[in-house]
Amino acid sequence: MAAAEFDIPTLTDKTDIPKVREGAMAHAKSFIAPQGPQEYLGYPWELGEDWKQRAIDKMGDLLGKYRSLRVFLDACVHCGACTDKCHYFLGTADPNNMPVARQDLMRKVYRRYFTLPGKIAPWLVGAEDLTEDVLNQWYSYYHQCSECRRCSVFCPYGIDTAEITMAGREILNHVGMGQKYSNEILVKVQKIGNNLGLPGPALEDTLLGLEEDIEADTGVPVKLPLDVEGAEILLVTPSADFFSEPHVESLIGYAKVFHAAGVSWTLSSKASEAGNFGLFNGNYETMRNVAMRIRDAALELGVKRIIVGECGHAWRVAYSFWNTLTGIGYGGDDPFSKQLQQQLDARYPQPMHICEYTWDLIEKGALKFDKSRNDDRVITFHDSCNVARGSRMGNEPGGQFTIPRNIIKAVANHFHDMDADTIGEATFCCGGGGGLLTDDLIEVRVKGALPRMNAYHAVAQAKGVNFLALICAICKAQFTKVLPYYGFDRGQVGGVHQLVSTAIVLD
Amino acid sequence: MTALTLVYTGLFYLAAIILIGGIAYRIYEYARTPAPLVIPTTPAPTTTSGVALRMTREVVLFESLFKSNKWIWLFGWLFHVSLALVILRHFRYFQEPVWFWVEFVQPFGKYASFGMVVGLAGLWARRFLVDRVRYISTPSDHLMLALLLAIGASGMMITFVAHTDIVALKAFTLGLMTFDWHPVPADPILLIHLALVALLMIIFPVSKLLHAPGVFFSPTRNQKDNPRETRHIAPWAAAMERDRA
Repeated sequence: MAAAEFDIPTLTDKTDIPKVREGAMAHAKSFIAPQGPQEYLGYPWELGEDWKQRAIDKMGDLLGKYRSLRVFLDACVHCGACTDKCHYFLGTADPNNMPVARQDLMRKVYRRYFTLPGKIAPWLVGAEDLTEDVLNQWYSYYHQCSECRRCSVFCPYGIDTAEITMAGREILNHVGMGQKYSNEILVKVQKIGNNLGLPGPALEDTLLGLEEDIEADTGVPVKLPLDVEGAEILLVTPSADFFSEPHVESLIGYAKVFHAAGVSWTLSSKASEAGNFGLFNGNYETMRNVAMRIRDAALELGVKRIIVGECGHAWRVAYSFWNTLTGIGYGGDDPFSKQLQQQLDARYPQPMHICEYTWDLIEKGALKFDKSRNDDRVITFHDSCNVARGSRMGNEPGGQFTIPRNIIKAVANHFHDMDADTIGEATFCCGGGGGLLTDDLIEVRVKGALPRMNAYHAVAQAKGVNFLALICAICKAQFTKVLPYYGFDRGQVGGVHQLVSTAIVLD
Repeated sequence: MTALTLVYTGLFYLAAIILIGGIAYRIYEYARTPAPLVIPTTPAPTTTSGVALRMTREVVLFESLFKSNKWIWLFGWLFHVSLALVILRHFRYFQEPVWFWVEFVQPFGKYASFGMVVGLAGLWARRFLVDRVRYISTPSDHLMLALLLAIGASGMMITFVAHTDIVALKAFTLGLMTFDWHPVPADPILLIHLALVALLMIIFPVSKLLHAPGVFFSPTRNQKDNPRETRHIAPWAAAMERDRA
């Protein structure tokens, strides 16, 4: 690890609310997207003379298309309920990282151009002209929000800053200020099929190598099939699962579960990515284009079920948006939806999370475990933000909290939850979500991880916890990088299905 | 009719038109703007009755605010409940005979004014004492609290300190309702109270007071968590889908 160029926060048992330090993170600015990705995505790559008008027009367009944006910009009363809820504020003390202040960066422009008091008495209501300074503020602070929705839990009107951030990024894109990291990924996923830019043949090689590893390790010929037509299940998983540590351990876990269930399943080289950065940019069309690859793959392969691997925002998009965007789900009565619905097996929810699938099998007694194999691990579970507050698992609200924990308890003997204020619906983001998982934002990421690191530190001290179980590719990559800054070994990070993989007994 | 009565009569008609017309327009605007994606803050109810219950808890008990911060909740809830009682008590000035439950609420409504003022004072104090809330407060945030406090204080003066000619006032308000106009009592405190209320009515549709209708349209609170079972698609998104097909 290179020496940090910023102060790393000190761990404490409880996360204190800092005193406001204006401008503390004003310097944080991720790289701006160059011409290539901007052009591919249909955006300009320079401000241009008419940028201001285009920004206002885009805002008007979004206000007409998204009720959330319109209501959220009007409804805030500046009560302060959200001010101490954002992990980036808690970690940086920059007041613009308070959710309300982040919203106000846009609200002040909205008021100036779209409301009567803002037009006639801007000073009274905090309205401001849109200037290049404001635009730069937007760029900086709309990329210090991981769209984790924690603030929306605590707002008396349910104002979700993620919706404002998404709109802000969409407007920025329309004036030529896209973010390099996210937009390059959006090109790779559409051109090549996954966020890592991993071509089909390389994927095939990787999977064959993994099959050999598993057989050498367990003596059981567990397969990782690719592009198998007529398979029952299509598994769509984040591409990090194919290459990154510890992600790949969970992929092995899924394969072992499918093997033990004796089911036919396949991965797809076309849909070799569950992640969908279209969510982060707030562009419906891009998000739909990225999601359509999965529908297309499902239709081509003729699968009956679609299961999604461990990935937080991907699961939000899959669970909450796939039916809307691509007709993966039920209840549609248009030809587009029916085409896929007729193919899918109506006995199962579509799509299904890998944790729902594994837990079903565990409940049926279809899987055998030797829990003692996980005895060197004292485990805690980090609820990923998009799973916790933007989706569900199982039939009951809150299943997204119980099902992963039930799996862990079924495969391991030592489990302890972190402080109740930091899990469940109140979970803290890992600090790297929402398109922030890039090295040019490392300071934001390290500081934003503070509340989670404090809670992890506390349970490590009190209970000897040494393993942070996750169900999100971004969380895995973020914590692997950030844990060492706080003095923990990066090997303490892993997936829930990594634990399953360790304990499962294969015949 | 005196000039004073003319001004106050006109003012209240204008204020009522702006308030009702403005809020109606806002509601129309919110209602016609689609919510293209299913975005309830989860865990969320899966049924319509569940959503109704969640919304009721939010509006009546301020559930989310309670989770967030007990001080804001205490002052905010106290203010709103007191205000509701005070408003219900004021129904008596707009009806003859007075309904039974309005009679019943009268003593509670009178003393609720203290709760209203205490709640407002607490909320205002936070704007000075808590550095985070100080940072986000705009002049209009302070003025809104000042306006509400002045309405409360002037009303309490009339109720508890210097009684106004309440019979004449009721003749004036009933006259407004029946278009049979009567003089407004020339009591300075009453005139201040009435003018401030009219001002509040006028700014309602263009201010943060829109949180009142807004909360009912908040997609994170009013949507069902059923995206796998039901296909939710906005008209503009469906049109885009047809274009692509």
